[in-house]
Amino acid sequence: MVRYIIGRLLWMVVLLGLVSAVTFVIFYALPSADPAVLRAGRQGTPELIAQIRETLGLDKPIYVQYYLYMKAIVLDFDFGYSFQNSADVREEIVSRLPATISLTLGAVVVWLAVGLPIGMISAIKRRTALDRVTMGGALLAISAPVYWLGLVALYLFSRDIGAFPIFAGANSYRPLTENPAAWFDSLLLSWLVLAAAFAAFYARLLRSNLIDVMSEDYIRTARAKGLRERRVILRHGVRSAITPVVTVLGLDIGLLLGGAILTETVFNIPGIGRLAFDAIQRADLPVIQGTVLFAAFFIIVANIVVDIAYAFLDPRVRYS
Amino acid sequence: MAENLVEVRDLVKHFPLTQGVVLRRRIGAVHAVDGVSFDVRRGETLGIVGETGCGKSTTARLMLRLLDPTSGTIGFDGEDITSAAGARMKALRREMQMIFQDPYSSLNPRQSVGSIIAEPFAIHRLHSGEGERRRAVQELMEQVGLNPEHFNRYPHEFSGGQRQRIGVARAIALRPKLIVADEPVSALDVSIQAQILNLLRALQRDLGLTIVFIAHDLSVVRHMCDRILVMYLGKIVESASSDELYHHARHPYSGALLSAVPLADPRAAAARRRQILSGDVPSPTDPPPACRFHTRCPRAVTGRCDVDEPLLGPKPGGGLAACHFPLEDDARTALPAR
Amino acid sequence: MSEPLLRVQDLRVHFDTEDGVVKAADGLSYELQRGQVLGIVGESGSGKSVSSLTIMGLSRAENARISGSVVFDGRDMLSLAAEQMRAVRGNEIAMIFQDPLSSLHPFYRVGDQLVEAIHAHHDVPRGAALDRALELLEMVGIPEPKRRVRAYPHEFSGGMRQRVMIAMALANEPKLLIADEPTTALDVTVQAQILDLIRRLKDELGMAVIIITHDLGIVAEMADEIAVMYAGRIVERGPTERIFAAPEHPYTWGLLGSIPRLDAPAGSELVPIPGRPPSLIDLPGGCSFHPRCPYVQPRHREQQPLLEPVPGGRGHAVACLLEHETRARLWRSLQRGAVPEQARASVLAEDAPDG
Repeated sequence: MVRYIIGRLLWMVVLLGLVSAVTFVIFYALPSADPAVLRAGRQGTPELIAQIRETLGLDKPIYVQYYLYMKAIVLDFDFGYSFQNSADVREEIVSRLPATISLTLGAVVVWLAVGLPIGMISAIKRRTALDRVTMGGALLAISAPVYWLGLVALYLFSRDIGAFPIFAGANSYRPLTENPAAWFDSLLLSWLVLAAAFAAFYARLLRSNLIDVMSEDYIRTARAKGLRERRVILRHGVRSAITPVVTVLGLDIGLLLGGAILTETVFNIPGIGRLAFDAIQRADLPVIQGTVLFAAFFIIVANIVVDIAYAFLDPRVRYS
Repeated sequence: MAENLVEVRDLVKHFPLTQGVVLRRRIGAVHAVDGVSFDVRRGETLGIVGETGCGKSTTARLMLRLLDPTSGTIGFDGEDITSAAGARMKALRREMQMIFQDPYSSLNPRQSVGSIIAEPFAIHRLHSGEGERRRAVQELMEQVGLNPEHFNRYPHEFSGGQRQRIGVARAIALRPKLIVADEPVSALDVSIQAQILNLLRALQRDLGLTIVFIAHDLSVVRHMCDRILVMYLGKIVESASSDELYHHARHPYSGALLSAVPLADPRAAAARRRQILSGDVPSPTDPPPACRFHTRCPRAVTGRCDVDEPLLGPKPGGGLAACHFPLEDDARTALPAR
Repeated sequence: MSEPLLRVQDLRVHFDTEDGVVKAADGLSYELQRGQVLGIVGESGSGKSVSSLTIMGLSRAENARISGSVVFDGRDMLSLAAEQMRAVRGNEIAMIFQDPLSSLHPFYRVGDQLVEAIHAHHDVPRGAALDRALELLEMVGIPEPKRRVRAYPHEFSGGMRQRVMIAMALANEPKLLIADEPTTALDVTVQAQILDLIRRLKDELGMAVIIITHDLGIVAEMADEIAVMYAGRIVERGPTERIFAAPEHPYTWGLLGSIPRLDAPAGSELVPIPGRPPSLIDLPGGCSFHPRCPYVQPRHREQQPLLEPVPGGRGHAVACLLEHETRARLWRSLQRGAVPEQARASVLAEDAPDG
């Protein structure tokens, strides 16, 4: 097992190197604004722009830039400085991390608490009216784009502009360490919005897995043993059906930790997603690179964790 | 014309076991077939019988070159086909065909029955012209007991027994010399099995086929086959005629197999002495040394059976068996004649 | 005669489906004494498993209509509430199934699954339950039980897994064990081991056993009484020796004549039953076997035969519209080596048209 993890971590390093190289190439290959021009602003004279280019190192060939960039990361864990305001990229990202983590974990709690029971009950009561209603609703929730949902939610429910002022509006984020109550209040609506599509997806996933599992032979054996139906459904049925859900959960968390760009933008939460969005608009390569690498890192780690978790959940996998 | 249609010598097939994703290290092998030699005489029905992991299905596929042997030779109709390839192999395929076990998964559900049976014609460019091909297909369908009007139907519209007939029709379409039937009736209901077995018998008579019949059901093999090979863990342990095996089994494993088959006759069943083997079949990745059966054999002698591998040789009163201490005729263990 | 452990009378289990009514069981009646072995023989689609699942209460579904009576140990099983039924399942009546790999939960250790079976009906401390689990594994012949109790199902071979299933079924010392095709998925030498084990445990524990199978050989060796099922009905029922020595139903004759026998001379003819088993949705009118019966008479297409005792039969009953004398003559003719057509010609020609 230890050897397996070490192998995967080495592989991760290779992947991150690949990701950074590809990002570099895309940034230079695709047409985008010239960061020096953007930095120079309205008063940009050619001389100023040229000077900025030199400062930022944009006049060097691409592979030299890449080499310098990777060298800084490997030797000093230095992710460079923003083209826009020369802020330290690493610090920028790290300072935004708590907001993204808060948004992600809160949403996860909501969508598991809502989606899993709905999925379970729908599977047990399949083809009843309840089942059809919940699955229909789930389909709607999955189809609605999250930014649309977020804007509609704010329009209806936020205290500053909403018709039914229940939740805090956009721009109200407070860090947990500063004021827990305000933190909770500010994120609540965004959790609900972000969780909506996920909850629907997980409900449908668990429902279909559970329906398949409940027709397996070992469920018949469990009933033949005289176990209570609740135990049969939970300990035998859900226990089997939940395995693919856990793997998908790990991957979703990994994905969201890289920044839920749309939600963070709509609710103006200062997370990594928002940072990445702004950086893309400003063609701020170091920041873009930094956020991409962080996101890739979280996804790869999530994949490793999920593979290990799978071996814990399914003993048949352990010995192959 | 040579008496033997197929000659197999020292056939070996090992499936490697590997570990690791990037650099696949070989950590062992499954000894599926570990040195078998036998002949199939022209026109006979040869049965190969054994339990899970004995290598009978692998042997069947090796004979038809659906798998490549690790070593050994296969001779067909006087020609060495061990490494035949390309056009020669394609021509050989016309002469040897297979019937598979599962009538539900061996037919393409998206092909009509007519096109399934006609496919061999298409591949080997026979019966060109749609009308002629259809006639040929319908003739085959009649021959196997299917309604020729149904050639446009799809497999799911047929029962298990009928699907197996489709498989048979496909196999005999090219008038092969050799048919290898791999558990052709195991997946069928009892009352349908007899129909298919009778069909195979009739076709053999009418078309002069040589059949190799693979099964785990000793009763079926006894009924269908002239000669029987008993396999255990990749080796042939006994080779005898059907009557010889039944009345004068020499290898203890054959004896145990015969004794384990339930008899549909309560008095006979109660009268015979049971020989129940202990333990499970060892894994083919790590077969026991010397005689593979010695770990479960009630007659094994330490120092002999686990040291010297017995070779297939004639045993008094019976066929060929690979055993140092073969069974003798014993009134108590003998199965009654009807 | 003492009260039978199990008495099934006129059991009907019909399922309403989109394609029609599936008459899985259509008037089954049989009895089982304590310590006795009943063999239910049938092919796929004969409904042979349904009555056992109903005894266990496992066939209750939204679209199932169950009628008749099932009396086990003096209690009417069909009228029990779900919770009462659950208390009997796995406790007084236990069941083992065909494929032991898919019938055991792959994610739980074998010991835990055994303990679960015990805890379902007995409130004992975990230590005591584990001891009992070890005892059970030993009883069914699993070597090194202390080590194997922590193993997962996929780490066992097929035969060992079936032994685990048997151990689980016997955990609470049931009065009745139902074995549904217990050896079909196993190699023949392993099958012999498992049947031997079931026989031995039955004697030791004084259990009654119902074996459901398509293999006439297995019931010949294991069963005291046999019920032959066809299309959801019992067509013949009686002591094992009588069923094999003097069977009375043409379907039974057909089965006996169509199976390859180890003790028959090589090359002897198999006489298949023509046609195929009917679907349970679309049963033929009258006698459900009549489309395939070589001795069919016109009124058999209309009238349904009832299970009636055979004269001098000692518990032998058959559902056939032919006269007993006619059947006896037909059987004798078949035994002498005649094929069905010949037997029909020689015997029925002598009788009146409605035989």
